[in-house]
Amino acid sequence: MSTQDRPSGSPGDAAAGPPDRRDLAWYVDMGVRVLVFAGGISAIVFIFGIFVFIGKEGLGFLTGPFRPGEFFGSTAWRPTSDYPTYGILALMAGTASVTGLAMLLAVPFSLGAAIYIAEFARGRTRETLKVLVELLAAVPSVVWGFVGLTVVNPAIISVFDVPVGLGVLNSGIILGLMATPIMTTLAEDALKAVPDTYREAAEAMGASRLQVVVRVVLPAARNGLVAAVLLGVGRGFGETMAVLMASGHSINVPTSVFDSVRALTATIAAELGETADGSDHYRALFTIGILLFVVTFAINLTADLFLRGRGRR
Amino acid sequence: MVTGPAPPAPVPKVSARGLGVRFHGVPALSGVDLDVAPREILGIIGPAGSGKTSFLRAINRMDEFIPGMEIEGSLSLDGRDVRRFRNLYALRRRVGVVFPLPVGLPLSVYDNVALSPRLSGVRGKDELDGIVEKCLRRAALWDEVRDRLDTLGSLLSGGQQQRLTIARALSQSPDLLLLDEFSIAVDPVTTMRIEDVLRELREEVTIILVTNLVQQARRVADRTAFFLTGEMVEVGPTEALFEGGARDPRTTDYIEGRFG
Ligand SMILES: Nc1ncnc2c1ncn2[C@@H]1O[C@H](COP(=O)(O)OP(=O)(O)O)[C@@H](O)[C@H]1O
Ligand SMILES: [Mg+2]
Repeated sequence: MSTQDRPSGSPGDAAAGPPDRRDLAWYVDMGVRVLVFAGGISAIVFIFGIFVFIGKEGLGFLTGPFRPGEFFGSTAWRPTSDYPTYGILALMAGTASVTGLAMLLAVPFSLGAAIYIAEFARGRTRETLKVLVELLAAVPSVVWGFVGLTVVNPAIISVFDVPVGLGVLNSGIILGLMATPIMTTLAEDALKAVPDTYREAAEAMGASRLQVVVRVVLPAARNGLVAAVLLGVGRGFGETMAVLMASGHSINVPTSVFDSVRALTATIAAELGETADGSDHYRALFTIGILLFVVTFAINLTADLFLRGRGRR
Repeated sequence: MVTGPAPPAPVPKVSARGLGVRFHGVPALSGVDLDVAPREILGIIGPAGSGKTSFLRAINRMDEFIPGMEIEGSLSLDGRDVRRFRNLYALRRRVGVVFPLPVGLPLSVYDNVALSPRLSGVRGKDELDGIVEKCLRRAALWDEVRDRLDTLGSLLSGGQQQRLTIARALSQSPDLLLLDEFSIAVDPVTTMRIEDVLRELREEVTIILVTNLVQQARRVADRTAFFLTGEMVEVGPTEALFEGGARDPRTTDYIEGRFG
């Protein structure tokens, strides 16, 4: 660099030395900083924009026909009736039962798979399994819904001898399969983050592989594993298309796993196209959207807190 | 100051004959003939990469989980070939290991020390309390942690963690203790304290002390072995080696710091 950009000052000026000269590296650094900042901030701007949009539409409902008792306490979702009621209890029950069953199936599978891949599998086996799991994560949800309709549905009918195979069980299985890859991958990351020195130290003490996993690795990875499960829950909770196809989509508070249910997400997907812009029904769907947004946000935030706690506790 | 070699015992604690270690076929150590007497401290010195850690790993059979590691020749513990142990976990429980960098497991101080007894089936609270206190005392750590046994071991200072790993190794009640350059991440004062601990332990335990500090071998070891590029150059009484009695000039060069 030349001395051109030295601030003009007397030679005796203490501020004019090399430490005060802005060189090319300084400008490049500044430019990159601005770019990265713009990238980071735009993500926030988009999220905020979406929230404002959903919030604006939903607000019309919240300040109008919304009655909290009915909205959260009634199972009657009849937005198109002459005397419309907007009770989402059955829809929440639908989402909760499907997500709950999915987690019941997916959590043991995912944790088991992650522990096998991270702690027991070696070399080729491990790499192959990892690729397969990641491939599974890439299957589009409409394909999963299709599997629910054409494979799981007849299977449930013939195994359990029930008239219809679409319902909590079917969508729980499909959603469980969908959540498994992401949970497995995240859980495996959490296990991999446990330093090998811990394993070596425990094994040198005469601990068996299983004892090492149970006594040392799992406790050390606990926060990351909880986060993996939570993000899996978030994945199941927000899933729409597959649930729409596999759940039977009828409004029900399920009393058995074979009951057909309707999920919050599927309701929005199925009905939004048929409502008039700005109608109460249209706005009620946006209010459900706000609810989904808030719950997903809370789940992800909690997962994030666990991940942050990973290094510390 | 330590006097001459331990008197020769009928059955050596550790006995290596033609011992070699390979990683993916590449020799890291070969042709080691060495006996370690019960309750002696054997120092092993030598530059980085000379095969010291490999020797320790062969003794407690860490080849089991280091891919590509092979042991050749013969190596016995109390006269039994370590490769014929059907239960490796039992072998490793008899051999305590302290690694170069302290590994405070992410468990409480108490659980760190109680882990090994628990793994071998000790359940009683009183018994565990007793073991934990005894081992922490012997590792010269008890006074510093007695009031915070339930803080995470990994939150202790480096020197404390290294003493914690020694306490943990002692909790196995090993009859052989392997230390691999334990003082790398430890301040000099703690190093001295641990050296005192080792001299006391010598009453009950056989110790193999791999050290990067030549003077540490001189301070602590009864006999010292010099490893260089995968071979054991010589082994002899520490005092003799350090007073110019080394048979091989390379040993003297290394001890006197005249090495590349
Ligand atoms: N896990 C391993 N895989 C491959 N080579 C290794 C491994 N561990 C050690 N080695 C090699 O074996 C040789 C001896 O290493 P080591 O026993 O660790 O020496 P030291 O402890 O004396 O520094 C070195 O050349 C090292 O690169
Ligand atoms: Mg080493």
